[in-house]
Amino acid sequence: MKKELLKGNVAFAEAAIRAGCEAYFGYPITPQTEALEHMSKRMPELGRTFIQAESEVAAINMVYGAACAGIQTMTSSSSPGVSLMMEGLSYIAGSEVPVVIVDIMRGGPGLGNIAPAQGDYNQMVKGGGHGDYRIIVLAPATIQELIDLTYEAFGLADKYRTIVAVLADGSLGQMMEPAVLPEMRPVRPVDKRPAWALTGAKGRDSHFITSIYLEPLDEEKFNQKLLETEAKIEANEVRYKELLLDDAEIAIVAFGTAGRVAQTAVKIARENGIKVGLLRPISLYPFPTDRIRRLADQVDGMLVTEMNSGQMVEDVRLAVEGRLPVSFYGRMGGVIPMPEEILDEVRKLKASITEKV
Amino acid sequence: MEKTEMIESLIYTKPRSLQPIGTHYCPGCTHGIAHRLVAEVIDEMGIREQTIGVAPVGCAVFIYNYFDVDFAEASHGRAPAMATGIKRANPDKFVFTYQGDGDLASIGAAEILHAANRGEKISVIFINNGIYGMTGGQMAPTTIEGWKTTSSPMGRNVELHGYPIRMSEILAQIEGSAYIVRRSLHNVANIRRAKKAIRTAFEVQRMGLGLAMVELLSSCPTNWKISPDEALKVIEEKMLPVYPLGDFKVDPAIQKHGKGW
Amino acid sequence: MQTSIIISGFGGQGVLFAGQLLAYTALDNDLHVTWFPSYGPEMRGGTAHCTVIISDDEIGSPVIRNPDAAIVMNLPSLDKYEPLMLPKGVLVINTSLVDRSVARQDIDSVMVPASEIADELGNRRLANIIMLGALLQRLPFLSIEMLEKGIDAHIPERHRDMLDANLKALHRGFSEAS
Repeated sequence: MKKELLKGNVAFAEAAIRAGCEAYFGYPITPQTEALEHMSKRMPELGRTFIQAESEVAAINMVYGAACAGIQTMTSSSSPGVSLMMEGLSYIAGSEVPVVIVDIMRGGPGLGNIAPAQGDYNQMVKGGGHGDYRIIVLAPATIQELIDLTYEAFGLADKYRTIVAVLADGSLGQMMEPAVLPEMRPVRPVDKRPAWALTGAKGRDSHFITSIYLEPLDEEKFNQKLLETEAKIEANEVRYKELLLDDAEIAIVAFGTAGRVAQTAVKIARENGIKVGLLRPISLYPFPTDRIRRLADQVDGMLVTEMNSGQMVEDVRLAVEGRLPVSFYGRMGGVIPMPEEILDEVRKLKASITEKV
Repeated sequence: MEKTEMIESLIYTKPRSLQPIGTHYCPGCTHGIAHRLVAEVIDEMGIREQTIGVAPVGCAVFIYNYFDVDFAEASHGRAPAMATGIKRANPDKFVFTYQGDGDLASIGAAEILHAANRGEKISVIFINNGIYGMTGGQMAPTTIEGWKTTSSPMGRNVELHGYPIRMSEILAQIEGSAYIVRRSLHNVANIRRAKKAIRTAFEVQRMGLGLAMVELLSSCPTNWKISPDEALKVIEEKMLPVYPLGDFKVDPAIQKHGKGW
Repeated sequence: MQTSIIISGFGGQGVLFAGQLLAYTALDNDLHVTWFPSYGPEMRGGTAHCTVIISDDEIGSPVIRNPDAAIVMNLPSLDKYEPLMLPKGVLVINTSLVDRSVARQDIDSVMVPASEIADELGNRRLANIIMLGALLQRLPFLSIEMLEKGIDAHIPERHRDMLDANLKALHRGFSEAS
């Protein structure tokens, strides 16, 4: 396949189509609207379902319904819209139906702005909706990763009967970069829908999909089942990317666009003789806890940088378990940090380590 | 002996589309009647194996335990959106929602309005008893002026709480709706009319005409704090003047078809 | 080797498209590239800008503080980017809409009355291409031939009749900076 110059929002929408997404339900919101627009053109062209819902609340519940019917389905939105979807996501988690959601984050809280931000790490990774559940959260840093992770998300959602969220920021939605689109997979044939799907009780007992377990012991049993699934996810689906960590004395941990910016900072730092490397978590849940712990035993200093006030850093500190102090540098409100800013932080950290020695 | 058995089985059997179990509904509640009417229609149309129901949040939250058809449980008010997703994924199946007045007319007002506006080919059974049953008798959007509830202890004051909302009249204005009627469950004659309307609502789906809704005036003796027979009288005397029965929207294709389903 | 370019001007001056043209051309020549736009309400008549990074190696940050080159189509853009230019950077200025000179002596300033030349060529919307031509004369991170091919391959179908005019504008800008 040939590389094309692709805008992130269009790229992930097309990747979803090629993964076999049969129904898309969404609502316009900047900076992800181009995805909805792409779907509005392509889905009917392919004889698939596109609905511009009356709200994000309705959109996620349409997704919920379509997923209950056993088809591959998705929605996409940006921070305030995703907040509205949180109720639906909790119900979906409580029903164990596979759903894919792409969140192109913007600055907040509130209406905030439309600039790129990572302020919804906690919302997506820590649940967001009510109740005890975790969802797979994948954080791309390039358009190619955005494509690949969206494509893969459908299979993961099916495999674990879970929600898979692709968590990116506005810059990934809006920027263009050369990337290769995957092959077109056909949509799932009607007779290949999962056994639990709601398709009418023909030749079998009727069944229902619900998230209600009125008896606390039944609910706990269900929670236990979710935990078992999560254990499998944690064992199999940890993803991250490393850059120059082998001999690193300082490690930066950053995801998504912040990770990309940090990559440039690492390059400049290396040119200046500072032994720094980068760990870029791709799966935010499951979090690369073990890798970070091992890293903590190796390096003298650790810096987390995010486009928020410090959210993933809490998970890094949990992973490090006090082995060393973890510094944090964040830009908020839709501001992307510049490589030089991160470099300054690395220098500061380096100086403080040298001082101690 | 043999004769008696024959007569019993002829007069009353549980519809095939219902599970052979009792319900959790309070004595005198009309949910049981509404369930039975829907089940009888599904049986008569022979569509049990092609039907998918969507349950609400409210007293009917466990409806899927009572029906022997595929069912999904929606979050509060979102049944029409969920049904949209199910119907779009299964365009050849019959999809219906079963919703109360809090679910449909309050928290889910946007979802029902827009499902109707898209002309979703689903059937909606709307139970209007003017009160929140499951949470214990709070004011509903359909609560009649002056009625005392646990959240309008001095009686519904329309200056403070707004007016009882007439969903059938509203949805009849929407171009995508095909069949919008209000019926009542307060006596046998009306129950029979209600069943015919439910049948029509499902036939409308078969004909692919658009959204069909049957509003059923219903009782809630427990939260109205009166006896079941008094409750039926309340429907007749207090609710009917505010919620007149009638056909608010009937697609010409249905009229053409006549009454003989 | 990595080159970062910022193109900035009023919405409607074609700054986003000029950046895309560089990006497409870079891709066609097997280079790494990122195109990062300003987006949102400012697309409608306010200021618009994009950052293009072209590299023979994987690109980290898609944003930069100090560009190697900038095309400024109006005065607010000059005011914003002149102080941010890297020393020895190339700053191409549309003098048709800028009424001041450049203060910095450590950068290569290229003065091009692009809007006027575009008028002369018969279409004011060619100003962005004229500016690209001027930039490539001073900082040949892509050759003029590469960009010619890029325009030919990526000009929107509805503007196909403007192909020759665009190529002419490109060369005119190039010679203007010579």
